[in-house]
Amino acid sequence: MKWKSFLPYFLILPALAYLVFFIAYPLTQSFILIFKESDIQVLKVLTDRNFLMALKYTLALAVAIIPIQVALALILAVIMNKGFKGRDLALYALIIPLIISDVAGGLIWYSILAPYGFLNKVLINIGILDSPIYFFGYQFRNMEFLAIVLAELWRLTAPVFVMILAGLQMISKDYIEAAEVFGATYWIKLRRIIFPLLKPTLQTVLLIRTIWSMQIFGIVWVLAGRDIPVLAGEAYYQMTELKNYGVASIYVLVIATLSILLGALYLKFLKAEYLEVKT
Amino acid sequence: MSEEIKRKLKQTIFYTLIFIVVSWVLIPLIISALYAFASSSEYYNPNRIIPHSFTVSHIKTVLITLGALKGIKNSILVALLTITISFILGVPAGYSLAKFVFPLRDSIKLSIVGLKVFPLAIMAVPLVKLYIRLRLIDTLLGVALAHTVIALPYVIFITSSIFVGIPKEYEEAAMVFGLTRFGSFLRITLPLALPGLAAAAMFTFVMSWNEVFMAAVLTLHNRTLPAQILSLLAGATGGATPAYYKFAAAFIMILPAMLFVFFARKYLITMWGISLK
Repeated sequence: MKWKSFLPYFLILPALAYLVFFIAYPLTQSFILIFKESDIQVLKVLTDRNFLMALKYTLALAVAIIPIQVALALILAVIMNKGFKGRDLALYALIIPLIISDVAGGLIWYSILAPYGFLNKVLINIGILDSPIYFFGYQFRNMEFLAIVLAELWRLTAPVFVMILAGLQMISKDYIEAAEVFGATYWIKLRRIIFPLLKPTLQTVLLIRTIWSMQIFGIVWVLAGRDIPVLAGEAYYQMTELKNYGVASIYVLVIATLSILLGALYLKFLKAEYLEVKT
Repeated sequence: MSEEIKRKLKQTIFYTLIFIVVSWVLIPLIISALYAFASSSEYYNPNRIIPHSFTVSHIKTVLITLGALKGIKNSILVALLTITISFILGVPAGYSLAKFVFPLRDSIKLSIVGLKVFPLAIMAVPLVKLYIRLRLIDTLLGVALAHTVIALPYVIFITSSIFVGIPKEYEEAAMVFGLTRFGSFLRITLPLALPGLAAAAMFTFVMSWNEVFMAAVLTLHNRTLPAQILSLLAGATGGATPAYYKFAAAFIMILPAMLFVFFARKYLITMWGISLK
Protein backbone atom coordinates (compact mmCIF):
# COMPACT_ATOMS: atom_id res chain seq x y z
CA MET A 1 0.00 0.00 0.00
CA LYS A 2 2.94 2.26 0.65
CA TRP A 3 3.91 2.74 -2.99
CA LYS A 4 0.61 4.45 -3.50
CA SER A 5 1.66 7.50 -1.56
CA PHE A 6 4.77 7.72 -3.75
CA LEU A 7 2.82 7.48 -6.99
CA PRO A 8 2.05 11.21 -7.41
CA TYR A 9 5.72 12.08 -6.84
CA PHE A 10 6.83 9.35 -9.18
CA LEU A 11 4.57 10.76 -11.91
CA ILE A 12 5.66 14.36 -11.51
CA LEU A 13 9.37 13.80 -10.86
CA PRO A 14 10.61 13.33 -14.45
CA ALA A 15 9.02 16.60 -15.57
CA LEU A 16 10.38 18.47 -12.56
CA ALA A 17 13.86 17.02 -12.97
CA TYR A 18 13.86 18.06 -16.63
CA LEU A 19 12.85 21.62 -15.84
CA VAL A 20 15.26 21.95 -12.93
CA PHE A 21 18.14 20.68 -15.06
CA PHE A 22 17.46 22.97 -18.01
CA ILE A 23 17.04 26.01 -15.81
CA ALA A 24 19.51 25.49 -12.98
CA TYR A 25 22.37 24.27 -15.17
CA PRO A 26 22.38 27.24 -17.57
CA LEU A 27 21.92 29.76 -14.77
CA THR A 28 24.89 28.49 -12.78
CA GLN A 29 26.96 28.14 -15.94
CA SER A 30 26.18 31.74 -16.90
CA PHE A 31 27.32 32.94 -13.50
CA ILE A 32 30.52 30.91 -13.74
CA LEU A 33 31.15 32.35 -17.19
CA ILE A 34 30.72 35.87 -15.86
CA PHE A 35 32.92 35.30 -12.81
CA LYS A 36 35.65 34.07 -15.12
CA GLU A 37 35.55 37.44 -16.80
CA SER A 38 37.29 40.10 -14.77
CA ASP A 39 35.18 42.62 -12.91
CA ILE A 40 36.54 45.35 -15.11
CA GLN A 41 35.40 43.51 -18.21
CA VAL A 42 31.87 43.11 -16.81
CA LEU A 43 31.80 46.74 -15.79
CA LYS A 44 33.02 47.73 -19.24
CA VAL A 45 30.13 45.88 -20.87
CA LEU A 46 27.56 47.27 -18.45
CA THR A 47 28.68 50.87 -19.05
CA ASP A 48 29.20 50.34 -22.76
CA ARG A 49 27.15 52.57 -25.05
CA ASN A 50 25.71 49.53 -26.87
CA PHE A 51 24.46 48.06 -23.63
CA LEU A 52 22.95 51.31 -22.37
CA MET A 53 21.20 51.91 -25.69
CA ALA A 54 19.84 48.34 -25.69
CA LEU A 55 18.58 48.73 -22.13
CA LYS A 56 17.08 52.13 -22.99
CA TYR A 57 15.26 50.88 -26.07
CA THR A 58 14.02 47.70 -24.37
CA LEU A 59 12.51 49.77 -21.57
CA ALA A 60 11.27 52.51 -23.91
CA LEU A 61 9.44 49.95 -26.06
CA ALA A 62 7.83 48.45 -22.96
CA VAL A 63 6.70 51.87 -21.76
CA ALA A 64 5.40 52.85 -25.20
CA ILE A 65 3.51 49.62 -25.80
CA ILE A 66 2.24 48.13 -22.55
CA PRO A 67 -0.07 50.86 -21.14
CA ILE A 68 -1.88 51.34 -24.45
CA GLN A 69 -2.03 47.60 -25.01
CA VAL A 70 -3.50 46.75 -21.61
CA ALA A 71 -6.03 49.59 -21.83
CA LEU A 72 -7.07 48.45 -25.31
CA ALA A 73 -7.31 44.82 -24.23
CA LEU A 74 -9.38 45.78 -21.18
CA ILE A 75 -11.88 47.74 -23.26
CA LEU A 76 -12.10 44.91 -25.77
CA ALA A 77 -12.57 42.31 -23.04
CA VAL A 78 -15.40 44.29 -21.43
CA ILE A 79 -17.11 44.64 -24.81
CA MET A 80 -16.59 41.00 -25.74
CA ASN A 81 -17.85 39.78 -22.38
CA LYS A 82 -21.33 40.94 -23.40
CA GLY A 83 -23.46 38.82 -25.65
CA PHE A 84 -24.25 40.32 -29.03
CA LYS A 85 -24.99 39.16 -32.53
CA GLY A 86 -21.82 38.16 -34.34
CA ARG A 87 -19.78 37.99 -31.12
CA ASP A 88 -18.24 34.59 -31.86
CA LEU A 89 -17.12 35.68 -35.29
CA ALA A 90 -15.56 38.89 -33.94
CA LEU A 91 -13.87 36.85 -31.21
CA TYR A 92 -12.27 34.45 -33.71
CA ALA A 93 -10.94 37.37 -35.70
CA LEU A 94 -9.53 39.07 -32.61
CA ILE A 95 -7.61 36.02 -31.40
CA ILE A 96 -5.91 35.23 -34.72
CA PRO A 97 -2.73 37.13 -33.72
CA LEU A 98 -2.33 34.65 -30.82
CA ILE A 99 -0.80 32.18 -33.19
CA ILE A 100 1.35 34.56 -35.25
CA SER A 101 5.04 34.58 -34.38
CA ASP A 102 7.09 37.70 -33.84
CA VAL A 103 9.01 37.12 -37.08
CA ALA A 104 5.84 36.67 -39.14
CA GLY A 105 4.19 39.61 -37.37
CA GLY A 106 7.09 41.85 -38.30
CA LEU A 107 7.00 40.74 -41.93
CA ILE A 108 3.23 41.25 -42.07
CA TRP A 109 3.55 44.81 -40.81
CA TYR A 110 6.26 45.44 -43.35
CA SER A 111 3.57 44.96 -46.02
CA ILE A 112 1.60 47.83 -44.49
CA LEU A 113 4.44 50.25 -43.76
CA ALA A 114 6.99 49.61 -46.55
CA PRO A 115 7.62 52.42 -49.07
CA TYR A 116 5.35 50.56 -51.52
CA GLY A 117 3.22 49.21 -48.69
CA PHE A 118 -0.50 49.50 -48.19
CA LEU A 119 -0.49 52.64 -46.02
CA ASN A 120 1.66 54.70 -48.36
CA LYS A 121 -0.28 53.60 -51.44
CA VAL A 122 -3.60 54.49 -49.82
CA LEU A 123 -2.42 57.88 -48.56
CA ILE A 124 -0.85 58.79 -51.90
CA ASN A 125 -3.91 57.71 -53.87
CA ILE A 126 -6.29 59.65 -51.64
CA GLY A 127 -4.05 62.65 -52.18
CA ILE A 128 -2.92 63.20 -48.60
CA LEU A 129 0.71 62.49 -49.45
CA ASP A 130 2.88 63.32 -52.44
CA SER A 131 5.74 61.00 -51.57
CA PRO A 132 5.79 57.95 -49.33
CA ILE A 133 6.50 58.09 -45.60
CA TYR A 134 9.64 56.09 -44.87
CA PHE A 135 9.43 53.80 -41.87
CA PHE A 136 12.62 51.83 -42.40
CA GLY A 137 16.32 52.57 -42.50
CA TYR A 138 18.79 53.93 -39.93
CA GLN A 139 17.99 57.57 -40.68
CA PHE A 140 14.31 56.92 -39.92
CA ARG A 141 14.95 55.32 -36.54
CA ASN A 142 12.06 57.06 -34.82
CA MET A 143 9.72 55.74 -37.46
CA GLU A 144 11.17 52.25 -37.01
CA PHE A 145 10.39 52.57 -33.32
CA LEU A 146 6.81 53.51 -34.22
CA ALA A 147 6.58 50.55 -36.61
CA ILE A 148 7.66 48.16 -33.83
CA VAL A 149 5.10 49.70 -31.46
CA LEU A 150 2.32 49.28 -34.03
CA ALA A 151 3.27 45.71 -34.84
CA GLU A 152 3.49 44.72 -31.18
CA LEU A 153 0.15 46.40 -30.44
CA TRP A 154 -1.30 44.39 -33.29
CA ARG A 155 0.24 41.07 -32.31
CA LEU A 156 0.33 40.95 -28.52
CA THR A 157 -2.96 42.68 -27.68
CA ALA A 158 -4.66 39.34 -28.39
CA PRO A 159 -3.05 37.31 -25.55
CA VAL A 160 -3.50 40.20 -23.11
CA PHE A 161 -7.13 40.43 -24.18
CA VAL A 162 -7.67 36.70 -23.70
CA MET A 163 -6.13 36.76 -20.22
CA ILE A 164 -8.38 39.65 -19.17
CA LEU A 165 -11.42 38.02 -20.74
CA ALA A 166 -10.70 34.82 -18.79
CA GLY A 167 -10.49 36.92 -15.63
CA LEU A 168 -13.79 38.63 -16.42
CA GLN A 169 -15.52 35.32 -16.96
CA MET A 170 -14.42 34.15 -13.52
CA ILE A 171 -16.33 36.97 -11.83
CA SER A 172 -19.44 35.43 -10.33
CA LYS A 173 -22.71 36.49 -11.93
CA ASP A 174 -24.23 36.67 -8.42
CA TYR A 175 -22.44 39.93 -7.61
CA ILE A 176 -23.66 41.52 -10.81
CA GLU A 177 -27.21 40.29 -10.35
CA ALA A 178 -27.22 41.58 -6.78
CA ALA A 179 -26.15 44.99 -8.06
CA GLU A 180 -28.90 44.87 -10.66
CA VAL A 181 -31.47 44.19 -7.96
CA PHE A 182 -30.39 47.43 -6.34
CA GLY A 183 -30.81 49.22 -9.65
CA ALA A 184 -27.14 49.72 -10.59
CA THR A 185 -26.56 51.09 -14.09
CA TYR A 186 -24.05 49.55 -16.46
CA TRP A 187 -21.35 52.07 -15.54
CA ILE A 188 -21.83 51.61 -11.82
CA LYS A 189 -21.61 47.85 -12.22
CA LEU A 190 -18.43 48.27 -14.21
CA ARG A 191 -16.80 50.71 -11.81
CA ARG A 192 -17.95 49.38 -8.46
CA ILE A 193 -18.02 45.64 -9.06
CA ILE A 194 -16.23 44.44 -12.17
CA PHE A 195 -13.08 46.57 -12.03
CA PRO A 196 -12.33 45.98 -8.34
CA LEU A 197 -12.81 42.23 -8.79
CA LEU A 198 -10.65 42.30 -11.90
CA LYS A 199 -7.73 44.00 -10.17
CA PRO A 200 -5.75 40.81 -9.35
CA THR A 201 -6.11 39.65 -12.96
CA LEU A 202 -4.93 43.02 -14.24
CA GLN A 203 -1.88 42.97 -11.98
CA THR A 204 -0.92 39.49 -13.17
CA VAL A 205 -1.47 40.42 -16.81
CA LEU A 206 0.60 43.56 -16.45
CA LEU A 207 3.49 41.61 -14.93
CA ILE A 208 3.45 38.78 -17.47
CA ARG A 209 3.32 41.28 -20.29
CA THR A 210 6.22 43.26 -18.80
CA ILE A 211 8.32 40.09 -18.45
CA TRP A 212 7.64 39.28 -22.10
CA SER A 213 8.73 42.76 -23.09
CA MET A 214 12.19 42.21 -21.57
CA GLN A 215 12.74 39.44 -24.16
CA ILE A 216 11.55 41.35 -27.22
CA PHE A 217 13.63 40.18 -30.17
CA GLY A 218 12.19 38.79 -33.39
CA ILE A 219 9.92 41.67 -34.29
CA VAL A 220 12.69 44.21 -33.69
CA TRP A 221 15.20 42.15 -35.63
CA VAL A 222 12.83 41.90 -38.61
CA LEU A 223 11.68 45.53 -38.69
CA ALA A 224 14.77 47.43 -37.55
CA GLY A 225 17.73 45.06 -37.21
CA ARG A 226 20.28 46.69 -34.91
CA ASP A 227 19.07 50.22 -35.70
CA ILE A 228 16.93 49.81 -32.60
CA PRO A 229 19.16 47.76 -30.26
CA VAL A 230 17.38 45.66 -27.63
CA LEU A 231 18.85 43.38 -24.95
CA ALA A 232 17.91 40.05 -26.53
CA GLY A 233 18.92 41.30 -29.98
CA GLU A 234 22.37 42.32 -28.75
CA ALA A 235 22.77 38.97 -26.99
CA TYR A 236 21.92 37.22 -30.26
CA TYR A 237 24.34 39.44 -32.18
CA GLN A 238 27.18 38.91 -29.70
CA MET A 239 26.62 35.17 -29.77
CA THR A 240 26.06 34.45 -33.45
CA GLU A 241 28.08 37.16 -35.21
CA LEU A 242 30.94 37.90 -32.80
CA LYS A 243 31.04 34.55 -30.93
CA ASN A 244 31.52 36.66 -27.82
CA TYR A 245 29.93 34.29 -25.33
CA GLY A 246 31.03 36.17 -22.20
CA VAL A 247 29.44 39.42 -23.32
CA ALA A 248 26.33 37.61 -24.52
CA SER A 249 26.05 36.01 -21.06
CA ILE A 250 26.05 39.40 -19.42
CA TYR A 251 23.23 40.64 -21.66
CA VAL A 252 21.26 37.48 -21.04
CA LEU A 253 21.76 37.69 -17.29
CA VAL A 254 20.47 41.26 -17.30
CA ILE A 255 17.31 40.01 -19.04
CA ALA A 256 17.14 37.18 -16.49
CA THR A 257 17.57 39.49 -13.52
CA LEU A 258 14.87 41.86 -14.74
CA SER A 259 12.54 38.91 -15.45
CA ILE A 260 13.20 37.16 -12.14
CA LEU A 261 12.54 40.35 -10.18
CA LEU A 262 9.29 40.87 -12.07
CA GLY A 263 8.51 37.16 -11.81
CA ALA A 264 8.90 37.23 -8.04
CA LEU A 265 6.34 40.01 -7.94
CA TYR A 266 4.12 37.94 -10.21
CA LEU A 267 4.24 34.94 -7.90
CA LYS A 268 3.49 37.16 -4.92
CA PHE A 269 0.38 38.52 -6.61
CA LEU A 270 -0.64 35.10 -7.80
CA LYS A 271 -0.43 33.71 -4.29
CA ALA A 272 -2.61 36.55 -3.07
CA GLU A 273 -5.08 35.72 -5.81
CA TYR A 274 -5.15 32.02 -4.87
CA LEU A 275 -5.85 32.87 -1.27
CA GLU A 276 -8.60 35.31 -2.17
CA VAL A 277 -10.36 32.66 -4.18
CA LYS A 278 -10.07 30.11 -1.39
CA THR A 279 -11.52 32.23 1.41
CA MET B 1 -39.95 57.01 -30.94
CA SER B 2 -36.86 58.92 -29.87
CA GLU B 3 -35.96 56.03 -27.56
CA GLU B 4 -36.06 53.75 -30.57
CA ILE B 5 -33.75 56.05 -32.56
CA LYS B 6 -31.40 56.36 -29.61
CA ARG B 7 -31.20 52.57 -29.32
CA LYS B 8 -30.53 52.20 -33.03
CA LEU B 9 -27.85 54.87 -32.90
CA LYS B 10 -26.15 53.18 -29.95
CA GLN B 11 -26.21 49.88 -31.77
CA THR B 12 -24.74 51.41 -34.91
CA ILE B 13 -21.88 53.00 -32.96
CA PHE B 14 -21.24 49.72 -31.17
CA TYR B 15 -21.03 47.70 -34.37
CA THR B 16 -18.88 50.35 -36.04
CA LEU B 17 -16.40 50.01 -33.19
CA ILE B 18 -16.38 46.23 -33.49
CA PHE B 19 -15.90 46.56 -37.23
CA ILE B 20 -12.92 48.90 -36.76
CA VAL B 21 -11.23 46.56 -34.28
CA VAL B 22 -11.79 43.48 -36.44
CA SER B 23 -10.48 45.35 -39.49
CA TRP B 24 -7.39 46.43 -37.55
CA VAL B 25 -6.61 42.75 -37.00
CA LEU B 26 -7.61 41.41 -40.39
CA ILE B 27 -6.37 44.08 -42.84
CA PRO B 28 -2.62 43.50 -42.28
CA LEU B 29 -3.19 39.75 -42.68
CA ILE B 30 -5.18 40.12 -45.88
CA ILE B 31 -2.85 42.73 -47.35
CA SER B 32 0.32 40.75 -46.64
CA ALA B 33 -1.29 37.63 -48.15
CA LEU B 34 -2.38 39.56 -51.27
CA TYR B 35 1.06 41.16 -51.68
CA ALA B 36 2.69 37.74 -51.27
CA PHE B 37 0.91 36.70 -54.49
CA ALA B 38 1.10 40.03 -56.33
CA SER B 39 3.34 40.13 -59.39
CA SER B 40 6.34 42.39 -58.82
CA SER B 41 5.20 45.03 -61.32
CA GLU B 42 1.88 45.26 -59.50
CA TYR B 43 3.58 45.62 -56.14
CA TYR B 44 5.89 48.39 -57.32
CA ASN B 45 3.04 50.27 -59.02
CA PRO B 46 2.19 53.06 -56.56
CA ASN B 47 -1.37 53.33 -57.87
CA ARG B 48 -2.22 49.65 -57.36
CA ILE B 49 -3.42 49.42 -53.77
CA ILE B 50 -5.08 46.06 -54.34
CA PRO B 51 -3.14 43.98 -56.88
CA HIS B 52 -5.04 42.63 -59.90
CA SER B 53 -2.74 39.96 -61.26
CA PHE B 54 -1.34 37.22 -59.09
CA THR B 55 1.54 34.78 -59.26
CA VAL B 56 2.88 31.93 -57.13
CA SER B 57 6.46 32.59 -58.22
CA HIS B 58 7.45 34.43 -55.02
CA ILE B 59 6.19 31.58 -52.87
CA LYS B 60 8.04 29.14 -55.13
CA THR B 61 11.29 31.13 -54.89
CA VAL B 62 11.10 31.26 -51.10
CA LEU B 63 10.25 27.58 -50.85
CA ILE B 64 12.80 26.21 -53.29
CA THR B 65 15.54 28.73 -54.10
CA LEU B 66 15.77 30.13 -50.57
CA GLY B 67 15.30 26.67 -49.11
CA ALA B 68 12.25 27.29 -46.94
CA LEU B 69 11.01 23.82 -47.81
CA LYS B 70 13.83 22.31 -45.78
CA GLY B 71 13.07 24.77 -43.00
CA ILE B 72 9.44 23.65 -42.98
CA LYS B 73 10.52 20.02 -42.75
CA ASN B 74 12.88 20.83 -39.88
CA SER B 75 10.24 22.89 -38.10
CA ILE B 76 7.69 20.09 -38.34
CA LEU B 77 10.21 17.52 -37.03
CA VAL B 78 11.23 19.78 -34.15
CA ALA B 79 7.59 20.45 -33.26
CA LEU B 80 6.72 16.73 -33.35
CA LEU B 81 9.73 15.89 -31.18
CA THR B 82 8.77 18.68 -28.77
CA ILE B 83 5.22 17.35 -28.55
CA THR B 84 6.46 13.82 -27.94
CA ILE B 85 8.97 14.72 -25.23
CA SER B 86 6.77 17.25 -23.47
CA PHE B 87 3.80 14.85 -23.48
CA ILE B 88 5.82 11.91 -22.15
CA LEU B 89 6.97 14.12 -19.30
CA GLY B 90 3.97 16.40 -18.97
CA VAL B 91 0.92 14.14 -19.14
CA PRO B 92 1.87 12.06 -16.05
CA ALA B 93 2.76 15.26 -14.20
CA GLY B 94 -0.56 16.85 -15.14
CA TYR B 95 -2.39 13.71 -14.09
CA SER B 96 -0.57 13.70 -10.78
CA LEU B 97 -1.48 17.33 -10.07
CA ALA B 98 -5.09 16.73 -11.07
CA LYS B 99 -5.90 13.46 -9.32
CA PHE B 100 -3.80 13.35 -6.16
CA VAL B 101 -3.63 15.49 -3.08
CA PHE B 102 -0.14 15.35 -1.60
CA PRO B 103 2.15 17.53 0.47
CA LEU B 104 4.18 19.98 -1.64
CA ARG B 105 1.52 19.85 -4.36
CA ASP B 106 0.72 23.54 -4.13
CA SER B 107 4.34 24.66 -4.02
CA ILE B 108 5.20 22.44 -6.99
CA LYS B 109 2.25 23.92 -8.85
CA LEU B 110 3.27 27.44 -8.01
CA SER B 111 6.88 26.95 -9.07
CA ILE B 112 5.74 25.52 -12.41
CA VAL B 113 3.51 28.58 -12.84
CA GLY B 114 6.56 30.72 -12.20
CA LEU B 115 8.52 28.86 -14.88
CA LYS B 116 6.04 29.90 -17.54
CA VAL B 117 7.48 33.39 -17.46
CA PHE B 118 11.06 32.12 -17.48
CA PRO B 119 12.95 33.74 -20.36
CA LEU B 120 14.32 31.04 -22.62
CA ALA B 121 17.20 33.29 -23.65
CA ILE B 122 18.92 32.58 -20.32
CA MET B 123 19.66 29.06 -21.49
CA ALA B 124 21.20 30.16 -24.76
CA VAL B 125 24.91 30.54 -24.03
CA PRO B 126 25.44 27.58 -21.65
CA LEU B 127 23.26 25.37 -23.83
CA VAL B 128 25.38 26.12 -26.90
CA LYS B 129 28.48 25.07 -24.95
CA LEU B 130 26.83 21.97 -23.54
CA TYR B 131 25.49 21.01 -26.96
CA ILE B 132 28.90 21.34 -28.55
CA ARG B 133 30.23 18.84 -26.01
CA LEU B 134 27.28 16.49 -26.43
CA ARG B 135 27.30 16.86 -30.23
CA LEU B 136 23.75 18.15 -30.06
CA ILE B 137 24.61 21.49 -31.65
CA ASP B 138 22.90 22.10 -34.99
CA THR B 139 20.62 19.09 -34.45
CA LEU B 140 16.85 19.07 -34.46
CA LEU B 141 16.76 17.04 -31.24
CA GLY B 142 18.76 19.78 -29.53
CA VAL B 143 16.26 22.45 -30.56
CA ALA B 144 13.35 20.23 -29.50
CA LEU B 145 14.91 19.67 -26.06
CA ALA B 146 15.12 23.45 -25.62
CA HIS B 147 11.56 23.98 -26.88
CA THR B 148 10.34 21.37 -24.41
CA VAL B 149 11.46 23.66 -21.59
CA ILE B 150 8.92 26.30 -22.66
CA ALA B 151 6.25 23.84 -23.69
CA LEU B 152 6.37 21.58 -20.61
CA PRO B 153 4.84 23.95 -18.00
CA TYR B 154 1.97 24.67 -20.40
CA VAL B 155 1.44 20.99 -21.19
CA ILE B 156 1.38 20.16 -17.47
CA PHE B 157 -1.21 22.83 -16.77
CA ILE B 158 -3.41 22.19 -19.76
CA THR B 159 -3.45 18.41 -19.22
CA SER B 160 -4.04 18.78 -15.50
CA SER B 161 -7.05 21.01 -16.11
CA ILE B 162 -8.34 18.47 -18.64
CA PHE B 163 -7.96 15.61 -16.14
CA VAL B 164 -9.63 17.62 -13.36
CA GLY B 165 -12.67 17.85 -15.63
CA ILE B 166 -13.03 14.05 -15.79
CA PRO B 167 -14.81 12.75 -12.64
CA LYS B 168 -12.63 10.33 -10.70
CA GLU B 169 -15.73 8.19 -10.06
CA TYR B 170 -15.31 6.85 -13.61
CA GLU B 171 -11.85 5.50 -12.82
CA GLU B 172 -12.97 4.20 -9.45
CA ALA B 173 -15.87 2.38 -11.07
CA ALA B 174 -13.47 0.81 -13.56
CA MET B 175 -11.18 -0.27 -10.74
CA VAL B 176 -14.11 -1.83 -8.92
CA PHE B 177 -14.64 -3.94 -12.03
CA GLY B 178 -11.08 -5.19 -11.85
CA LEU B 179 -8.97 -2.82 -13.91
CA THR B 180 -5.69 -1.60 -12.46
CA ARG B 181 -5.15 2.11 -11.92
CA PHE B 182 -3.05 2.27 -15.11
CA GLY B 183 -5.60 0.17 -16.98
CA SER B 184 -8.46 2.42 -15.97
CA PHE B 185 -6.44 5.47 -16.96
CA LEU B 186 -5.74 3.91 -20.34
CA ARG B 187 -9.29 2.69 -20.99
CA ILE B 188 -11.40 5.39 -19.33
CA THR B 189 -9.64 8.68 -18.64
CA LEU B 190 -7.36 8.85 -21.67
CA PRO B 191 -10.10 8.41 -24.31
CA LEU B 192 -12.21 11.05 -22.56
CA ALA B 193 -9.25 13.42 -22.43
CA LEU B 194 -8.22 12.82 -26.03
CA PRO B 195 -9.84 15.85 -27.72
CA GLY B 196 -8.37 18.16 -25.10
CA LEU B 197 -4.97 16.51 -25.41
CA ALA B 198 -5.11 16.92 -29.17
CA ALA B 199 -5.75 20.62 -28.72
CA ALA B 200 -2.86 20.81 -26.26
CA ALA B 201 -0.65 19.10 -28.83
CA MET B 202 -1.60 21.67 -31.44
CA PHE B 203 -0.88 24.43 -28.94
CA THR B 204 2.59 22.96 -28.38
CA PHE B 205 3.07 22.65 -32.13
CA VAL B 206 2.33 26.34 -32.70
CA MET B 207 4.62 27.37 -29.85
CA SER B 208 7.53 25.37 -31.25
CA TRP B 209 6.74 26.39 -34.85
CA ASN B 210 6.93 30.06 -33.83
CA GLU B 211 9.97 30.06 -31.53
CA VAL B 212 12.92 31.76 -33.11
CA PHE B 213 15.60 32.82 -30.61
CA MET B 214 16.77 29.40 -29.42
CA ALA B 215 16.29 27.84 -32.83
CA ALA B 216 18.49 30.51 -34.41
CA VAL B 217 21.19 30.26 -31.76
CA LEU B 218 21.37 26.46 -31.62
CA THR B 219 21.45 25.73 -35.33
CA LEU B 220 23.47 26.73 -38.33
CA HIS B 221 22.63 24.41 -41.23
CA ASN B 222 19.61 22.58 -39.84
CA ARG B 223 17.58 25.72 -39.32
CA THR B 224 13.89 25.72 -38.49
CA LEU B 225 11.66 27.92 -40.66
CA PRO B 226 11.58 31.07 -38.48
CA ALA B 227 15.33 30.87 -37.80
CA GLN B 228 15.97 30.52 -41.51
CA ILE B 229 13.67 33.39 -42.42
CA LEU B 230 15.27 35.51 -39.72
CA SER B 231 18.77 35.01 -41.05
CA LEU B 232 17.71 35.37 -44.69
CA LEU B 233 15.28 38.24 -44.66
CA ALA B 234 15.82 40.27 -41.52
CA GLY B 235 18.42 42.66 -40.24
CA ALA B 236 21.38 43.78 -42.29
CA THR B 237 21.25 40.93 -44.81
CA GLY B 238 17.53 41.33 -45.37
CA GLY B 239 17.62 44.95 -46.48
CA ALA B 240 18.26 44.07 -50.10
CA THR B 241 15.67 41.31 -50.32
CA PRO B 242 12.65 42.28 -52.44
CA ALA B 243 9.69 43.00 -50.18
CA TYR B 244 7.37 40.46 -51.80
CA TYR B 245 9.68 37.63 -50.69
CA LYS B 246 9.15 38.82 -47.13
CA PHE B 247 5.38 38.65 -47.56
CA ALA B 248 5.62 35.23 -49.15
CA ALA B 249 7.71 34.06 -46.19
CA ALA B 250 5.17 35.47 -43.73
CA PHE B 251 2.38 33.70 -45.60
CA ILE B 252 4.21 30.37 -45.45
CA MET B 253 4.83 30.84 -41.73
CA ILE B 254 1.27 31.69 -40.68
CA LEU B 255 -0.58 29.17 -42.85
CA PRO B 256 -0.23 26.15 -40.48
CA ALA B 257 -1.05 28.33 -37.50
CA MET B 258 -4.21 29.55 -39.24
CA LEU B 259 -5.26 25.93 -39.79
CA PHE B 260 -4.70 25.40 -36.07
CA VAL B 261 -7.08 28.25 -35.21
CA PHE B 262 -9.64 26.74 -37.49
CA PHE B 263 -9.46 23.23 -36.03
CA ALA B 264 -8.92 24.13 -32.40
CA ARG B 265 -11.15 27.21 -32.26
CA LYS B 266 -13.48 25.56 -29.77
CA TYR B 267 -10.66 25.09 -27.28
CA LEU B 268 -8.60 28.14 -28.08
CA ILE B 269 -10.01 30.64 -25.60
CA THR B 270 -10.22 28.16 -22.72
CA MET B 271 -6.73 26.89 -23.41
CA TRP B 272 -5.17 30.32 -23.56
CA GLY B 273 -7.17 31.25 -20.49
CA ILE B 274 -5.64 28.33 -18.61
CA SER B 275 -2.19 28.65 -20.03
CA LEU B 276 -1.78 32.36 -19.50
CA LYS B 277 -2.92 32.47 -15.91
